Amino acid sequence: MSNLREIISTGNDLAAIASVDAGCKFFGGYPITPSSEVMHTISDLLPKAGGAAIQMEDEIAGICAAIGASMSGVRSLTATSGPGISLKAENLGLAQMAEVPLVVVNVMRGGPSTGLPTRVSQGDIAQAKNPSHGDYKSITVCAGNLAECYTETVRAFNLADRFMQPVIVLLDETLGHMHGKAMIPTVEEVQANIKLRKTFDGPAEEYKPYGVAQDEPAVLNPMFKGYRYHFTGLHHDDMGFPTEEIETCRKLIDRLFRKVDEHVDEIESNEEYMLDDADILLIGYGSASLAIKEAIHRLRDEGIKVGLFRPITIWPSPEKRLFELGQKFDKVLSVELNQGQYLEEIQRAMGRKDIQKLTKTNGRPFSPQDIIDKVKEVF
Amino acid sequence: MAFNYDEYLRTEKMPTLWCWGCGDGVILKAFIRAVDKLGWNKDDVCVISGIGCSGRFSSYVDFNTIHTTHGRTVAYATGVKLANPDKHVVCVAGDGDALAIGGNHTIHGCRRNIDITLIVIQNFIYGLTNSQTSPTTPRGFWTVSQKAGNIDPTFDGCKLAEAAGASFVAREKVSEPRKLEKVIQKALDHKGFSYVEALSNCHINLGRKNKMQSAMANLDWIDSITMPKKKYDALSEEEKLNYLPTGILKEDTEAEEYCDMYEEIKKVHQGLRPKITPDDFKKKL
Repeated sequence: MSNLREIISTGNDLAAIASVDAGCKFFGGYPITPSSEVMHTISDLLPKAGGAAIQMEDEIAGICAAIGASMSGVRSLTATSGPGISLKAENLGLAQMAEVPLVVVNVMRGGPSTGLPTRVSQGDIAQAKNPSHGDYKSITVCAGNLAECYTETVRAFNLADRFMQPVIVLLDETLGHMHGKAMIPTVEEVQANIKLRKTFDGPAEEYKPYGVAQDEPAVLNPMFKGYRYHFTGLHHDDMGFPTEEIETCRKLIDRLFRKVDEHVDEIESNEEYMLDDADILLIGYGSASLAIKEAIHRLRDEGIKVGLFRPITIWPSPEKRLFELGQKFDKVLSVELNQGQYLEEIQRAMGRKDIQKLTKTNGRPFSPQDIIDKVKEVF
Repeated sequence: MAFNYDEYLRTEKMPTLWCWGCGDGVILKAFIRAVDKLGWNKDDVCVISGIGCSGRFSSYVDFNTIHTTHGRTVAYATGVKLANPDKHVVCVAGDGDALAIGGNHTIHGCRRNIDITLIVIQNFIYGLTNSQTSPTTPRGFWTVSQKAGNIDPTFDGCKLAEAAGASFVAREKVSEPRKLEKVIQKALDHKGFSYVEALSNCHINLGRKNKMQSAMANLDWIDSITMPKKKYDALSEEEKLNYLPTGILKEDTEAEEYCDMYEEIKKVHQGLRPKITPDDFKKKL
């Protein structure tokens, strides 16, 4: 991405603008703080671009309409916050099972339950991994600054079509409502890099939408084009029809995992910030990384060499890189606006229990001083 | 020449999983005949079903088909239709699907008057899951979840659809397959939200403990509680409580359809017309 343009906007608006630039033609949603501005903005942009945006009667209907539109072949979006993901969970599961691409923006707020609607949190990291019941592999990306509210939303649309499944884009209240300058790719560049879902153009009688290699996603043609097939949330065969045949059922779930696991290199994205000469490793993501970077500069001014590892793709986790970093650094501090949801993944990937943690769940963002104090306290 | 159902069926999926004597097959045939009469191209039709015995409906017909989560047919259909306004979108749901877990979507589909046909297979019971109370189960009936007798007041889906704004509402029963075919054909052809309640028998799970152990006994009971609209309208208010009217109960061809209205939204944002104001709806208010 070399051709950049300057834009002054908010995180929520950037997610909406990115969607339309990425070719999204349908939005279904429901008002919820702090994500509603995504719907407000895309409701103006989509009809202008010949698409449609609809405010549905509830969160469930919002995602169902978006999945329906996507099944018919158009790029679709829904946006919400944590309580909305809880309501959408069952249909996220259907999109995983039937392999329907969809982008879901979750602007995180304090929880559980109604929690702190207008305050920041990173409390939906664990939820994003398995929002629905059953076995499947989630893809979740997390914007760490204003520009990434745009670029990660664009990337999410391409990932959704590549892997034929929902992709969650995590923003948080701080980023969603942050207003400022961002350098983002030009529309031309975004459009030149759009990678739509694969389609089958052979004779209809040879088409097997779910009859694909064991590490590949389904090939789902748009509706109304002469390839009539079946979508279902039940275990299904190569043609999409319900089955309880033992080997077919085993292979289906195995493939839902392998299509992601065997292509993590296409999904993983991390930032390593001032890590080369660092003695202390901080791990954080999302808006928290903005405070972490400021803290790193101030600590380095005092001669304390600190660096940041920031996962941009949260799920699947960058477990290999985390393991390497765990071997390299003795001093590791996890910083997140929850009680340690990603910390568990760091511990698992590094195979270590001695990771220090800085957490905050009072609805307020980290200040750089919070992080500086913690580094000095524990190391 | 006999009607060729096979043209519209996924014959390799036959026999259906529906019980012997189930009315759902009659509805399936009536629907197929109605589509054939309209001359629709199979590629232009999307059939969406939910969960329950009716959920399998979509897998048997050779259209673009979706088997959704429980109760969400109309919500999925709204996305398909709004993204493809020139295609035909049909939902098939059970009474539990459309009126209990999915009641909210039914209400708002009707309210928007989006051009979708919702066929509710109404058999007064949760059949697939073995006889639990549905919103349409008559009071006093035995159900497996209310073995002492159902005390829950009964829901009239057609009245709900009318009040919520569906522009076409009809009810028919499987013992009148030709009439059923006719109202389904009219509903499919209608522009706007059309709601068809197809009364069906479930002698297995409604009838078994309610003295209707055969399909015929169940159908006779349905006959005893239904009456053509014209005859029904002549009854006293008190007598009406004992019957469900059949036939076309509402047909409004003037009501504005949602996708058509959305085209006006597009024009506003594309600078082709001024913003929509309350005055644009004066005649309707």
